[in-house]
Amino acid sequence: MKRDVLWRIEETVMRVLMIGATALALGCLALILGAVVWKGLPAMSLAMVTQCPQGGYYTGAGGGILNAILGSLYLAVGATLVALVLGLPIALYLELYAGRSRLIEFVRLALDVLWGIPSIVYGAFGFGLMLLIGLRASLLGGIIALSLVELPIMCRAIEEVLKMVPFELTESAYALGTTRWAVAWKVVVRQALPGITSAILLAFGRGIGDAASVLFTAGYTDHLPTSPLRPVASLPLAVFFQLATPFPSVQQRAYASALVLTAIVLIISVLARLASTRLSRFVVK
Amino acid sequence: MAESWIERGLLPRQRTRPGHQSREARGQRRRLVDLAGHKVTRGMAVGAAVLVLLISAGLLVRAWPILRSQPLKELLLGRTWHPMQAAFGFWPFIVGTLWVTAMAMAIAVPLCTLSAIYLAEYAAPGVGRVVKPLMDLLAGIPSVVYGLWGVLVVVPLIREHVGPWMDRHLGHIAFFSTSANPTGYGVLAGGTVLAVMVFPIIVSVMEEVFRSVPDGLREAALALGVTRWIMVRKVLLRRAFPGVIAAVVLGFSRALGETMAVLMVVGNVPQVPRSLFDAAYPLTALIANNYGEMMSVPLYDAALMAAGLLLLLVVLGFNLLAQLVLKRMGKVA
Amino acid sequence: MIRRNAHIQVCDLNVHYRSLHVLKDLSVDIPANQVTAIIGPSGCGKTTFLKSINRLIDLDDEARVSGQITVDGLSVLGAGVNVTEIRRRIGLLSQRPFPLPMSIYENVAFGPRIHGLSNGCSFDQVVEHYLRVAGLWEEVKERLDAPAAKLSIGQQQRLCLARGLAVEPEVLLCDEPTSSLDPLSAQHLESALKDIKHDHTVVLVTHILRQAGRLADYVIFLYMGELVEHGPAEEVFNHPQKPHTRAYVAGEFS
Repeated sequence: MKRDVLWRIEETVMRVLMIGATALALGCLALILGAVVWKGLPAMSLAMVTQCPQGGYYTGAGGGILNAILGSLYLAVGATLVALVLGLPIALYLELYAGRSRLIEFVRLALDVLWGIPSIVYGAFGFGLMLLIGLRASLLGGIIALSLVELPIMCRAIEEVLKMVPFELTESAYALGTTRWAVAWKVVVRQALPGITSAILLAFGRGIGDAASVLFTAGYTDHLPTSPLRPVASLPLAVFFQLATPFPSVQQRAYASALVLTAIVLIISVLARLASTRLSRFVVK
Repeated sequence: MAESWIERGLLPRQRTRPGHQSREARGQRRRLVDLAGHKVTRGMAVGAAVLVLLISAGLLVRAWPILRSQPLKELLLGRTWHPMQAAFGFWPFIVGTLWVTAMAMAIAVPLCTLSAIYLAEYAAPGVGRVVKPLMDLLAGIPSVVYGLWGVLVVVPLIREHVGPWMDRHLGHIAFFSTSANPTGYGVLAGGTVLAVMVFPIIVSVMEEVFRSVPDGLREAALALGVTRWIMVRKVLLRRAFPGVIAAVVLGFSRALGETMAVLMVVGNVPQVPRSLFDAAYPLTALIANNYGEMMSVPLYDAALMAAGLLLLLVVLGFNLLAQLVLKRMGKVA
Repeated sequence: MIRRNAHIQVCDLNVHYRSLHVLKDLSVDIPANQVTAIIGPSGCGKTTFLKSINRLIDLDDEARVSGQITVDGLSVLGAGVNVTEIRRRIGLLSQRPFPLPMSIYENVAFGPRIHGLSNGCSFDQVVEHYLRVAGLWEEVKERLDAPAAKLSIGQQQRLCLARGLAVEPEVLLCDEPTSSLDPLSAQHLESALKDIKHDHTVVLVTHILRQAGRLADYVIFLYMGELVEHGPAEEVFNHPQKPHTRAYVAGEFS
């Protein structure tokens, strides 16, 4: 029975390793959040979230990152709207209208591939597009690039949600003699509303944290966003630029900015989860 | 009896008034709307698919000046990067990307496989409910925050503990030596941060792949009197192997494309790394760091666009492969 | 040590599935070296019963088992039992064949490779022997290295039989093994089962009364999770005591 004992030891050892691996990953999560809070909290102040950088901000003078907070919000809201307006119809098409042709398989594959393209490539492409149409680094440019990043995320997330709408529900709607268009908007979207809201929040959360795509296309400024054609600041870049200075007091503010950014992303995450459960007024179980 | 209900005024007149549509006309209009909706959304869907080609073409067009000016081999294998002197050798950056990504995979793949097996085969149902939201959280953290964590935690860890330890025990092997770069910023730091970043996606794909294996197969193996681990090792992994590879490939291409986090910790020195602790300069960092100057030096912008194109093509290729394999296995990533 | 002539004793077996009481106070003895058929309408707990005997029911988080099952005096249920050894000694042939993702040869050799070979045979000999017992040897002897998945369903099921026998179990549990098969393959499988009963105790769950009639030496009739009647096949089929049994055997419900 020595073999038996060996097997049992092997089983136990593997179990420990497996749980250890999972715990390690979760431990990193705790470490990351912990580091952000631990370094960011002391540097937080009301001024950080209510003021723009004053003169000399990057060498130690006063101010805050309101420019970046608002800038990021404008960018992410804009991009999410565009991604929604484009992504929802596409997802509806794939779920309700599309058959199983080669073309559709190609489209699905292409969307999956788009999902994997690095955001810096979207940024570079967006930049090239901007040069083509004569747009300078601006809020609009940033929105264009960011919506390219968010579109595949939005499409995929909404598709997942639409897939979960029970087929019998759409079947009964069709049985009443309605068109696919009517069923799409009056039945499917309503049923999937919590999930769609969740998808929107998910895409928003990803968008607000993305730096690489807005790097070339949105520029940076110390002022609040005023016009879509002017450069706009963003939180991820604010963190990056402040961290890159040699002044410790400015670096502290980088940590605080990171805290603000992480807090926003966390809140969005929680909201996304709540959305799927709380918004179920019309949902048929 | 000649009087109808209508004439007796008991029913509203059904005559077509302006603005009043009969049931037929309404149905006709609905059908038109449906048809329009169909065509429009189909156009949008195909447009999205075409976007991939558009992006490749766009980058190609912008990179054309430099692709035309020098043979491809020189660009890809050239070791000098001196934009001012029109020397654009991408080799250090290509190798830098490969080193950092390979490091990330070396750390992530074993851990992810173990974790995914645990979550799919061993863990009680309650565990998954707690772990999944946490994994989603990990996946949602912005890359600058990962970079910040790298600078605050990972780099000092390497500089003060891992580096010296390695030096003491394995320092005679160039690969493990910190002599060239004791700062902590380098391949190992970049790889570690990337590994944590790609962990959620690899685990989630692997988990789905494992779950797609039918229960009957597990039962058939266990019924022969083997332990769960032996069943996993000899039957499950074998059956799920293509999917596991696809998950790794997806993680690889994700790590390949990561910009901010890695550029903050990898050292950004354009050289071919010799050791784990050497600094490197991945393609993504190259583009991100130099976009500011690229318009002022001739061919610089084309060079950076070419770097972007290279990244795109590699990621495209890997992603396509992985998605095709996953679809074949009946699972969508 | 469980001897070859296993004899299974079930005592007060109760199985709950969430809030459903699937098996109720089941107590029965299964004779050694005979084919015992468990008959009864679908959904009355026959598969659950089988899975309790070889502890495959452990895989289901929502099933709760209580009671006692002993094979030749040694307990199967309970905490301290060596489950993998139980499963080696009590084999299972399931409804749908699940060949392992390997070659035909490796499928049969899987068990012996892990548990080791007894009596000094070689792997080749063992594989050939069990493929012959399952009646598959002639059809596959030229292509032992081909993937098992390429076989027809009937061949796959016979492969699963060979694979299951290769670990040298004392008991073979069969859960409606011919339900996925065409009549010819079913016939092959049935004759293989008849052959092996000399060295194994076979417990066969089936909803095909005719099949039970052909193969069984002993019959257990389960209805809604309760044991209604059991006894030698001759008696249960020709002189059923309980009204339910009489009705079922006469084909009044299925």
